[in-house]
Amino acid sequence: MAAERKTKLSKNLLRMKFMQRGLDSETKKQLEEEEKKIISEERWYLDLPELKEKESFIIEEQSFLLCEDLLYGRMSFRGFNPEVEKLMLQMNAKNKAEEVEEETVELDVSDEEMARRYETLVGTIGKKFAKKRDRANYEEDENGDIKPIKTKKMFLKPQD
Amino acid sequence: MAEAAAVVAESLAGYRARAARAVLEQVVLPGEELLLPGQEDGEGPGSAGERPLLLNAGARSGGRVVCGPGLRRCGDRLLVTKCGRLRHKEPGSGNGGGVYWVDSQQKRYVPVKGDHVIGIVTAKSGDIFKVDVGGSEPASLSYLSFEGATKRNRPNVQVGDLIYGQFVVANKDMEPEMVCIDSCGRANGMGVIGQDGLLFKVTLGLIRRLLAPDCEILQEVGKLYPLEIVFGMNGRIWVKAKTIQQTLILANILEACEHMTADQRKQIFSRLAES
Repeated sequence: MAAERKTKLSKNLLRMKFMQRGLDSETKKQLEEEEKKIISEERWYLDLPELKEKESFIIEEQSFLLCEDLLYGRMSFRGFNPEVEKLMLQMNAKNKAEEVEEETVELDVSDEEMARRYETLVGTIGKKFAKKRDRANYEEDENGDIKPIKTKKMFLKPQD
Repeated sequence: MAEAAAVVAESLAGYRARAARAVLEQVVLPGEELLLPGQEDGEGPGSAGERPLLLNAGARSGGRVVCGPGLRRCGDRLLVTKCGRLRHKEPGSGNGGGVYWVDSQQKRYVPVKGDHVIGIVTAKSGDIFKVDVGGSEPASLSYLSFEGATKRNRPNVQVGDLIYGQFVVANKDMEPEMVCIDSCGRANGMGVIGQDGLLFKVTLGLIRRLLAPDCEILQEVGKLYPLEIVFGMNGRIWVKAKTIQQTLILANILEACEHMTADQRKQIFSRLAES
């Protein structure tokens, strides 16, 4: 009985995702295009000529900060408020620094300190990999820094 | 034919817009239109044969001109809305066509975003303070906009305190909002201003003159005695010195600076230095 009569499936049902998995790509594309057409026809639009915004070269600003370079508003003279004096130097220097645009890399550790640490570092790591016999060559400085290894004793050929 | 053209030109002269470059440092009145460089040569009555058309394409394409306070954009030109002197600043780093503005005088402050102002706390409601800044509405200041403030750790602000802060929202459609921290979360000197001292009001133009980088008045004042000043762009100045008398002298000097010439000022300072 069920085989005799084929139920007619509605359009909306056919448009559902699970019904479309069986279709091949061409029919899918066709269906999509039809849908888009329906949707775009239903959308409302203004029937006016296209208005292009004029490119304006003028920007409006209501703030005086752009116009004049003003100093920072808090000031202290002759040491009345030392924190404010520090702030004054900071903020006014910031204004000037923005104009000059200098880039200086700040060093956390000075070069000398770096060299000194490196010197002892070589000794410390070297000691770790030295054999037991060679470890005797490393001696500790007064501060506890490890001095690097002394020259190794090689075989000296007798002269005669 | 040429005479008729000349007569027409004269009668129209009153209505012709002037070039902004020609009017720098002169008094302009509201309603005047100013032409930017690059447009001046196109204008003019009649005969195109007489005036060579200089196409300043270079000046236009580089530059975005900024019109500052007192000016508005009107098509391609600048429309003056306040009376005062027209000023111009060249662009520093080469981009943009510079800034034009009108240096006018007024006592009433209109909140502007980014301005540092001195406000007086008038009310405390829930999570925000209402701060009177001299504008049409009191500004709102949230208790979280102080350095190091959290929900548990509230700042110590009472009604009647003086606050130095900056605006984050300030336009004609909304209530102004201010904060006491900068974009990184640091106070940078903003917040509650300390005890004692005197708050008084001056015109806005004087504040800008005093805060100019090369202000002589401040340099001379700084040599008198130890003191502390805070300037608010809303026309309010707070001063503090060691004694009440010194504070009052300072307040009087700053108020009088508005109308004194440089010579009178120097006389007063020398008299003070003696006593």
